[in-house]
Amino acid sequence: MQAIYILWLRQLKRYLRSRARIVGSLGQPLLFLVALGFGFGPIYQKAGGGNYIQFLAPGVIAMGVLFTAIFSGIEVIWDRQFGFLKETLVAPVSRLQIMLGRTLGGATVATIQGLIVLIISTLVGFRPVNPWMIPLALLAIFLIALLFTALGTAIASVLEDMQGFQLIMNFLVMPLFFLSGSLFPLDSAPKILGIIARFDPLTYGIDALRGTLINAAHIGVAHDFAVLTICVAIFLAIGSYLFSKIEI
Amino acid sequence: MPKKKMEKEKIISIENLYKKFDGFTAVSGISFEVERGEIFAFLGPNGAGKTTTIKILTTLLKPTSGKIRIDGHDPSENQHEVRKTFGIVFQDPSLDDELTAYENMEFHAVLYGVPRKTYKQRIKQLLEIVELWDRKDSLVKEFSGGMKRRLEIARGLVHHPKILYLDEPTVGLDPQTRNHIWNYIKELNRKEKITVFLTTHYMEEAEKMAHRIAIMDHGKIIAEGNAEQLKKQTKTASLEDAFLALTGKVIREQKAEKGARMRRFHGARR
Repeated sequence: MQAIYILWLRQLKRYLRSRARIVGSLGQPLLFLVALGFGFGPIYQKAGGGNYIQFLAPGVIAMGVLFTAIFSGIEVIWDRQFGFLKETLVAPVSRLQIMLGRTLGGATVATIQGLIVLIISTLVGFRPVNPWMIPLALLAIFLIALLFTALGTAIASVLEDMQGFQLIMNFLVMPLFFLSGSLFPLDSAPKILGIIARFDPLTYGIDALRGTLINAAHIGVAHDFAVLTICVAIFLAIGSYLFSKIEI
Repeated sequence: MPKKKMEKEKIISIENLYKKFDGFTAVSGISFEVERGEIFAFLGPNGAGKTTTIKILTTLLKPTSGKIRIDGHDPSENQHEVRKTFGIVFQDPSLDDELTAYENMEFHAVLYGVPRKTYKQRIKQLLEIVELWDRKDSLVKEFSGGMKRRLEIARGLVHHPKILYLDEPTVGLDPQTRNHIWNYIKELNRKEKITVFLTTHYMEEAEKMAHRIAIMDHGKIIAEGNAEQLKKQTKTASLEDAFLALTGKVIREQKAEKGARMRRFHGARR
């Protein structure tokens, strides 16, 4: 337990000490909110969709969480590169504990990041419909964070260096984001897109956020949480397995 | 039972150990034993396979074949038990630059389950020995190479392991610090019966410290014994000459480690 705690604490300390990283990673969500939110807002309204910022904000919050979580997981590569991973891997602590500590730490960081984006989005006009549902929304954010930190860890366990990073961004992270219904409503999307979205775990995260924050779930909040929880379990298992196979 | 007693005396025993990377044999059928409480020096030119051997002994790499017993446990079957037995100071950097010196020490102590009271005391003592106590709250990234090295050695000693692996621990340190550190390790070996397994390129260190020496070259152990025996065997006057007589004078190419390769790729420096 203590080992998990100290690993969690390390992730948190590293995050809080890198102000540049915090500020830097808020730029993108802010850009999405302002450019897309205000840019497409009028058309969305004309098409009868209502307030686009209201619709978009949960997607952008999820984006912030997704990116931070994947990066936190991928940090394993840096640790390997700077030698620190060896230090943890020779300790008499099970690989599972190491993986869990790191992942919980990364997920906590990503959750904080999500919370900050949520606050920023209220500055550009986003208003949660059910404020009392915010704790449930935070739970959804944490599950998204956990899921993708575990995925990042899994990827980092297999990669040896950062050279594959561009590949991951373009063929994994970006599709996960754009195909999840983060930017457009799935109700009116072409059928094939809807089907693809159903295979993207982020879809359920965003749907859970829309369900809790603006009362507009497409799939259903209970369904979303069930799928998220199962996905978290699966990704944690895969991540732990691959992490335990690391040789240096 | 005599068999049990044998295992007790030999804390490390290796039989016919091989490690092959695709197309390249780093360790080629070595066998040796280290006794409990012994200071054992593992010498050899760059690229001889010392670090690979240490990585196998410390569960970071799996051997291709061979039999290994560490304090009665097999690292390929019972990694966890093996990890409980040792501490290690790595050849390459392994600190977290974004944490302070104290935090790095504390992280290590908690991972190794050292009780809080004990580690607080020990961290202070060790940081004083390596003269970093007044810098304990500085981030490691602000440290010079020598300071990082000292911190790593101090960290490796926070928990008192049964076996301490030191992979070229004193590279880049001044004679004063080296002297301090070796004295502390000798003391630890004497008082706590910690078995020390070290590699170094400073022959006088090996001669002064080690009860027994093995010399490795091209993945094989080519000589074993104490400094006197090695000198006698090669009819030389110093361990350095004995070493050169055994391993030749050709300078070796060393394969860069994965980590080192990447650090170079990204232009980062130690």
